[in-house]
Amino acid sequence: MSTTNLNADNHAEEHHGAPSGIMRWLLTTNHKDIGSLYLLFSLLMFFIGGGMAMVIRAELFQPGLQIVEPDFFNQMTTVHGLIMVFGAVMPAFVGLANWMVPMMIGAPDMALPRMNNWSFWILPFAFLILLMSLFMEGGGPNFGWTFYAPLSTTYSNDSTALFVFSVHIMGISSIMGAINVIVTIFNLRAPGMTFMKMPLFVWTWLITAFLLIAVMPVLAGAVTMVLTDKYFLTSFFSAAGGGDPVMFQHIFWFFGHPEVYIMILPAFGIISQIVPTFSRKKLFGYSSMVYATASIALLSFVVWAHHMFTTGMPLAGELFFMYCTMLISVPTGVKVFNWVATMWRGSLTFEVPMMFSIAFIVLFTIGGFSGLMLAITPADFQYHDTYFVVAHFHYVLVTGAIFSIMAGAYYWLPKWTGYMFDEKLAKAHFWLSLVSVNVLFFPMHFVGLAGMPRRIPDYATQFADFNAVISIGGFAFGLSQLLFVAVVYKCIKGGEKATDQVWEGAEGLEWEVPSPAPYHTFETPPDIK
Amino acid sequence: MNNNEYEKYYVPAQSPWPIVGAIGLFCIAFGAGNYVNDVKNEVTGFGGYLLLAGIAIIIFMLVGWFRNVIDESMAGMYSKQLDRSFRQGMSWFIFSEVMFFCAFFGALLYARVFSIPWLGGASNNAMTHEVLWPAFEAIWPLTTTPSGQVTEAMGWNGLPLINTIILLVSSVTCHFAHVGLEQDKRKQLKWGLGITVLLGVIFLFLQVEEYTHAYQEMGLMLSSGMYGNTFYLLTGFHGLHVTLGTIMLFIMFLRIVIKDHFTPENHFGFQAASWYWHFVDVVWVCLFIFVYIM
Repeated sequence: MSTTNLNADNHAEEHHGAPSGIMRWLLTTNHKDIGSLYLLFSLLMFFIGGGMAMVIRAELFQPGLQIVEPDFFNQMTTVHGLIMVFGAVMPAFVGLANWMVPMMIGAPDMALPRMNNWSFWILPFAFLILLMSLFMEGGGPNFGWTFYAPLSTTYSNDSTALFVFSVHIMGISSIMGAINVIVTIFNLRAPGMTFMKMPLFVWTWLITAFLLIAVMPVLAGAVTMVLTDKYFLTSFFSAAGGGDPVMFQHIFWFFGHPEVYIMILPAFGIISQIVPTFSRKKLFGYSSMVYATASIALLSFVVWAHHMFTTGMPLAGELFFMYCTMLISVPTGVKVFNWVATMWRGSLTFEVPMMFSIAFIVLFTIGGFSGLMLAITPADFQYHDTYFVVAHFHYVLVTGAIFSIMAGAYYWLPKWTGYMFDEKLAKAHFWLSLVSVNVLFFPMHFVGLAGMPRRIPDYATQFADFNAVISIGGFAFGLSQLLFVAVVYKCIKGGEKATDQVWEGAEGLEWEVPSPAPYHTFETPPDIK
Repeated sequence: MNNNEYEKYYVPAQSPWPIVGAIGLFCIAFGAGNYVNDVKNEVTGFGGYLLLAGIAIIIFMLVGWFRNVIDESMAGMYSKQLDRSFRQGMSWFIFSEVMFFCAFFGALLYARVFSIPWLGGASNNAMTHEVLWPAFEAIWPLTTTPSGQVTEAMGWNGLPLINTIILLVSSVTCHFAHVGLEQDKRKQLKWGLGITVLLGVIFLFLQVEEYTHAYQEMGLMLSSGMYGNTFYLLTGFHGLHVTLGTIMLFIMFLRIVIKDHFTPENHFGFQAASWYWHFVDVVWVCLFIFVYIM
């Protein structure tokens, strides 16, 4: 078997086209194929997770219980969160990294192509398990995506084991994907592509990959302890045996806080690629961007307990985590400043990727400010577990991470397909998303400050009007995303031919190869001046 | 090795192994998920069989995948740059393993420094102690849990000390074998590696002895509160890693003795296995200090 395989490998290597049929996708080792798979998978998950959000908003449209049982509501919030974090945002960034990083640094492919395929194909199985658990007797996971003990141990249902093992697979996938990215960047840069010449998307992904390898194993440890507490009579999170449920939160958020930067650092990278292109200027403060990214990553390891201000930590702990958290706004401020300074006196044009990027800068900053409010310990005592928190993290994750993914997708779509996308339709997608997303998330600040708790299927009648508005915004935002699918589908099918450079101000190796990018790029490394 | 300025980086064409591995991993996860529920609810289901099938598929995948890689490597298709990719990949993998153990060491330290003293009334928790378990004494090893479960602590001398010496010696013999490989002294390589594998097997055997002793004579069990939890999860995961490391080294041993693989310049497979072995050794030293002695 081995020799025939080897011959097949040698033979196929001489061809430059893509193999055809379903086997192309199942057996592929090509970074562009795997990138496309990641992106399509994340789009699918975006709609499944989005569907669950629609269920949540339908239930919350009016006070009282109308549509779903409270337990099912809890399953929806839980699985919505898990799917969006691990199934939509993270795979989308890995997909973009797969497509773009090798092209940006002049590499022939990812460093470990077969492992690359494995890290993708285990993902659909992980989510298959997670989704199947919803149909189990007793229902799916219902303890929130943060699976706090003892909700996930003493009080959870039988689906917990499936949840634990599916998270294990997601973790394995992320670790392998991250190892691939980090090794590609360290080892496969074309000669002359020094670290400080790398595009910022590559830089941010290098640092993200490091974070992933550092914290995903800690998540694996956390779910393992949940598993043993529930099924093997340990008491890590039970005071009766000398453990502590709060310890779960420490371990979880030691993973969880770097995790939220895992979901935003690549976004910073994408925005740092797009803004200079459409400003027709070099990025302002390149090296400060690199250092800001690195310091955000380092700080992310010492801020985890700001998620736990109300657990009764010692005062010194509360102060330490408050100040460290507020410190993060400094490098983040550097970034926002640099993007604005890049646009300052540039010759700006407003193509769709740029529109999403500008929306990102404004709306992500709003999310950043509400984050700063939450970082203040005494204020957080009031905000904790209210809709204000929901508003905050949806601003940084939807108008932050998702908008950057949309921006990146529109920016690189012509390079992937060889065609320009339908600009009118894309602009409609942008404007509808922009308006509806703010109708959806902005009033959440108000109901949150007024005291509406998160993760509940029913609420006091005083919140009724705002919730109706929020739900309408939610449905509008959900429906608007169908336009994105239409744009992508049309762009794959055809359209105006894209040039190699695609965008007038675009610079970098990926814009020097033809559009669509050939199946294999840079089999011999390019020369970097 | 050719003399071009840049060697071509070998990008394998299609490979069936990843998708086979994905199916295997699915069977393991779905099987194990059902199996633990079957055991808990005392019913018989398909979970256990699916788990075993998954493990079989993964072994099949690993054999096939590594056979491909070894054949390609022996055919000289790998450049120095690709070798570096493997080395860096393995280093990062070991780093991720370190972080996995950190989670459990973190739990151990948290229990000893925070949760147990707090349950005993330390800091501002006098009322917690008074109201919940007034009879509880915060001492480590936690031989009596707050709810009153009693167990016995494992001493550090005896088997654990012997095991420590065994692993430390095995790290030296592993290095001895590595030096032999680099200096092309095949005899030194074979003896060094063979003894390392043997020491690994002896370590595992003694570990099983220790567990049996703990369960049958000391009443120290996985369910014996925080002391038993951290003891078994840390030593247990370490034991799994020793098992994996021993298998890796044994395969390297077979490759060297039967197939005469590896040269002083080209021996990534051996190097990866030996790195892994040194890593499990370091973890053991930390375990010995924090779990057994302190």
